[in-house]
Formats: sequence, structure tokens, C-alpha cells
Amino acid sequence: MSQTVTAPAAVMAASGLACARGGIAVLDRIDLELAAGEALVLRGPNGVGKTTLLRTLAGLQPALAGRLAVDPEGVVYAGHLDGVKAMLTVTENLTFWARCFGTEPRETVARAVQAFDLDGLTDRAAGTLSAGQKRRLGLARLLVTGRAIWLLDEPTVSLDTASVALFAAVMRRHLAAGGAAILATHLDLGIPARSLDLSAFKARALIEHDDFNEAFL
Amino acid sequence: MIALLRRDLTLAVRAGGGFGLGLAFFLVVVILVPFAVGPDTEILARIAPGVLWLGALLACLLSLDRIFALDWEDGSMDLLATAPLPLEGVVAVKALSHWLTTGLPLTLAAPVLGVLLNLPTPGFAWLVLSLALGTPALSIIGAFGAALTVGLKRGGLLLSLLVLPLYVPTLIFGAEVARRGSEGLELGSPLAFLAGISLGVAALMPYAAAAALRVNLR
Repeated sequence: MSQTVTAPAAVMAASGLACARGGIAVLDRIDLELAAGEALVLRGPNGVGKTTLLRTLAGLQPALAGRLAVDPEGVVYAGHLDGVKAMLTVTENLTFWARCFGTEPRETVARAVQAFDLDGLTDRAAGTLSAGQKRRLGLARLLVTGRAIWLLDEPTVSLDTASVALFAAVMRRHLAAGGAAILATHLDLGIPARSLDLSAFKARALIEHDDFNEAFL
Repeated sequence: MIALLRRDLTLAVRAGGGFGLGLAFFLVVVILVPFAVGPDTEILARIAPGVLWLGALLACLLSLDRIFALDWEDGSMDLLATAPLPLEGVVAVKALSHWLTTGLPLTLAAPVLGVLLNLPTPGFAWLVLSLALGTPALSIIGAFGAALTVGLKRGGLLLSLLVLPLYVPTLIFGAEVARRGSEGLELGSPLAFLAGISLGVAALMPYAAAAALRVNLR
């Protein structure tokens, strides 16, 4: 199976990055670099800031300090929630995201459905899927977007062993085709990946709050 | 953006989408008014434009919190914010789909309900015109309120409190157009004000709403 993902050599670079969650600094002085074809696994205990870092890298929240060099048009983010519309069918859900990201829906949707073994479910309303099937649908969205850098927050939650293997295979193909990924996961997916332990970057002191937001809310 | 509009319209008409909720509410409110004020056709004719406008406004308010809340709850908002659509565009499309599923049906149903309230004949065209011009402003201002309260649990009441004062100018000029129309008076200036308010909020509010969403996404 071939993918049309192309990416330059260093697709993402961050230096001295600090990020905050709810106005409190959680991570500080993070340096990371991601090349095409490379996966980076974020590790660390609960609450260390894996989600916060991923959201910052995805551009959902501004960094407190530091520089982030990435093409925002090359990134796709997948969080804890799948963003699946219960009243739409599997195909309708994927087709919507394909149109949103400007890829050819018919071809990419068929490919994504096949890659995540959703063949028998295409006309089912997504609300009737099991948690694991819904997760697979959420991950299939990544293929539909045609983006090179995947930012994944706990992608294997509620997947069974076979589905994890399916996901690892998709991941391997994505990397082989020149894609890149940063994952927060506790599972070993069996893909070649560097890992980054975020406990080392814990923010020392609670740096200044963003007073405006606190007063505002 | 067209894909988003199509998706939102599809979701609105499927089960649980809330299409028709506002319309049914409008119908019930307007039917209740003659019971409350009595069957005097003179009085009903005089208050008809105001009652129809107020009913439409409240019906519009009813479905505002759905504009962003549903996408927020299932995580779609995060994904839309990182999709290649500008957030301002997302807001504008969502306000438009809210208007298409709420404001437009209300506008089309208003003349039928005008009959129930004995609205004078010359008023019908002006009522429809004033609602057609004014309800888009209600949807867009409402989208701003919904963006401000999107992360809050049960933010619906707060949303109403925030949005209702902002609805005042639209209500004043919209009801004034309908009233003057039904009495056969000159109505150029309230009509111009109504259109001006709608165009103004359509131009500015998407930016404010997108800024509010960005704050809430952090």
C-alpha cells in the first residue's frame, strides 16, 4: 500500500519550549526535533504534561516561552476524544474530514476503512459502534487527512491486541512513507521510536499566571 | 467550509439534532398569547408584531448552546481548530447553519402565526422582511455567546443572560419595522438600522467568537 505523504528532512523542531495547563506552567525548557520517517514517544507519569505538550505542538494553545518551528499545515492532532459524530455513518464521518482537509474523499476514505478493518461497518451509525471500533474510526481519520506529522494522545486506549497490531502496522507504513509522529502512550507498539521522558522537563516553579484569563473566567 | 455546513445541516435534521424544536416553541408561545391577553382582536392586532418578534427571539435562544457544545463534548472542536479551516470561518458557518435550521423556519412560519394574532394585512410582508433581516443577527450574536460559554457545564443559562442584552437593538428595530409596517407608517429608518446591525455583527462577531473559542481551547 502506498501513501502520498511527503515531508522534508526536519519536520518539527522546538527549543526551550515551556507550556502551561490551566494557567499553571507544567513543562519547561523542552528541546525536541523530529525528522521525516521518525516517531517520538512521550513518556512520563500521569499529569506530567504529555497532553499539554501535544496540544501546544498542535497549536491548540500558545507556548509560554521558547520557539516552535513547524508547518501548521502539516500537522494533524488526535486527542483523547475521537470527534466522531454519533448520528453520522462511518463513511460520512470520514468523508467530512477528507473534505475538511481537502483530500479526495472517495479514494482516501476507502483506504482508511481498509487499513483499520472497518469494512463491514461503513454504513453503520457511528453511535452504534463499540468503544474500540469508535477509536479505530478516530484513528482512520489520520489517514484521511493526508498530513505528514501525527500528534497522538493515547492512541491505543480501548483497542484490543489485534487492533493495536493493526495500528502499529499503519504507523510503520506511515513512517516508511516519510511521515512522522509524536505519541503519548504507555504501550510498546513494536515500532522503532525514540522516547522522551518528560519528567526531566517538569517546570520548577509555578511561573506567572496569565492573569487576564483567570480574572475573565 | 461547505463540507462543515453540510455536516451540520445533516446532523440537525437527524434524530436528536433539535431541528424543529425552536419552531415548535415559537408556535406554542404565540398560541399561548391569545389565551393570556384574551380574545379582543383589537388588542391582539396591536401587540401582534411585538409578540411575534419576541417569540422568534426566544425560540432562537433555545437552541444557541448547541452551536458549539455538541462539537465540544465529542472532541470535534479540537480537531476542527487544527483543521485547515480558519476558526472565524468555522464560527461563521456554524452561525449560518444555526440560522438555516432556526431563523429561516421561524421567518417562514411567522405569517401563518400572524393570522392567529390578527396581524393587519399590510404587516405580513414587513414582518417577514424584518425577521429575514434580523434573525441572522440573532444567530451570529448567539454564536458569540455560545463560544464564550462553551466549556462550562450547564452554561445555557449564563449564555441566555449574556446574549439577551445584546439582542435588544435587533429586537427594538425589528419589532419597530413590523409594527410600522402593520400600521402602514413610514419605516425606512428602522429598516436601515436593522439591516445595519445584522451586517455589522456578521462582519465583526465571527472574530470575537473565534477569539473566545481560542481562549476556551487552552
